[in-house]
Formats: sequence, structure tokens, C-alpha cells
Amino acid sequence: MWIYEKKLQYPVRVSKCDPHMAKLLLEQYGGADGELAAALRYLNQRYTIPEKVIGLLNDIGTEEFAHLEMIATMVYKLTKDATVEQLKAAGLDAHYVSHDRALFYENAGGVPWTAAYIQAKGDPIADLYEDIAAEEKARATYQWLIDMTDDVDLQDSLKFLREREIVHSLRFREAVEILKDNKDMKKVF
Amino acid sequence: MAYPQEQEYYPFVGPYDPCPPITCKTYSTPPQLYIPFQPPNLPQFSPHEALMKGTLWPALFSPYESRWGKGR
Repeated sequence: MWIYEKKLQYPVRVSKCDPHMAKLLLEQYGGADGELAAALRYLNQRYTIPEKVIGLLNDIGTEEFAHLEMIATMVYKLTKDATVEQLKAAGLDAHYVSHDRALFYENAGGVPWTAAYIQAKGDPIADLYEDIAAEEKARATYQWLIDMTDDVDLQDSLKFLREREIVHSLRFREAVEILKDNKDMKKVF
Repeated sequence: MAYPQEQEYYPFVGPYDPCPPITCKTYSTPPQLYIPFQPPNLPQFSPHEALMKGTLWPALFSPYESRWGKGR
């Protein structure tokens, strides 16, 4: 059960008409290391993980949907007023013939999202290590997206999302320490 | 945190490479790599600043600047 708050986690402002950037942002929408994959991965793994870290997967998985909304807002703003000629010039002509200007869960190369991107191994350490890797890959993807635009307002929202990946990565690393029962390691030494 | 958030390295540049070399390559090493478990009672940003930055904790804040337009 969720309670929905009808606002974005962080404001999304796009100042430059750049439909090609919408295509690139799809990597974080329906890509292997994107927000959809992250949300579905964590919210599914949480059933078969020790109780101590269920809440963490629940909270982070939920937040990933808030990030998915932000990416969707960016893509929508960058494409809603683009002419068909602009969409073609942006490399979105193949997208257009299948979807018009609708959003779709695909990566920047147009490959549709697949559950094969994510895993639930049932082994808590294996699953958490995958989650840490997923956060680092998403952080890197945000870096390369920030590199591909000179729109400082878009960069601002992407920098927020990159920072959240860093915090999530640390929380998953802490979850591993909790499951190792090693939280007080420093005090023992 | 005294740890660097970015590292650099200098890859081999061949005499017959087709493009002008980018001699210094960089990569991010953000703070979570150096904090195995966050200790209690760390300093905090103000609520407004925390909402802007994406974290409550200065120790977890990681700036990133776009490479666009910088010849990198």
C-alpha cells in the first residue's frame, strides 16, 4: 500500500529545447541501470531478505519510483512540443512510428525494458551486492547524462538524482555490514 | 572528509593516434566508498540546503561538474 503525494521529489526544470536529450534520458527510464529496473528489483527482493533490511529495500524501491517520475517529466517536457521533423532530427523517428510522443520503457538505443536486467537470487549478500552495483552504475549514467547537456537547469535535477544514488549505495553497503553482524567492528578492534 | 572525490590517470598516448589526445583522464570516487558504516551524530545541512543537495549529510555530499564544453 502506498500513499501518493502529487508533487515531484525535486523540481524538474528544462530550459533548452533539445529533443535529442529526451532520447538520451530514456537510458534512465527503461534502461538496464535505470529507475524502473531499480524500483522493481528492490521491491521484489525485499520479500526474501532478512527482516533487518526489508525496510531499507522498501524505502529505496519506493524512492526509485519518485525518480522515475522525474525522468518521465524531463522526457515529456523535451518532446511534447517537438515537431515530427525535430523528432526525426533527434533520432526519435523510430520511437515516433511506434509510440507517437508517448513515453515507453526503452533505453536510449530503443531497446525495450526486460526483466532480464534484474535478478533476485535469494541470497541476501548476492542481492545486496547487485543493488550496490546497480546504484554505482546509475550514478555513472547520471554523470554521463550531465556531461551530454549544457542546460544548467536540467543538470541541476540530474545532480540531485546522482547524489541520491550515492546515498542509496552507502545504505546498501551498511545493510551488508548489518547482515555480516559487523556494525560495531571498529569498537572491537 | 579528506578523501578525494575525483582521481586522475594519464593513459599512454601513441604517436599515430587519430585524434588529439586527452592526456588526463578522470573518474569519480564519491564519499560512500570511504564510509563502510555512517557513524552517528555527523554534522547536518540545514533542511533547505539538504533538500537542494539531495542529502542531509555534508560527509555524503558529492559535487559533479559537466564535462560539456571543457574539451574533456
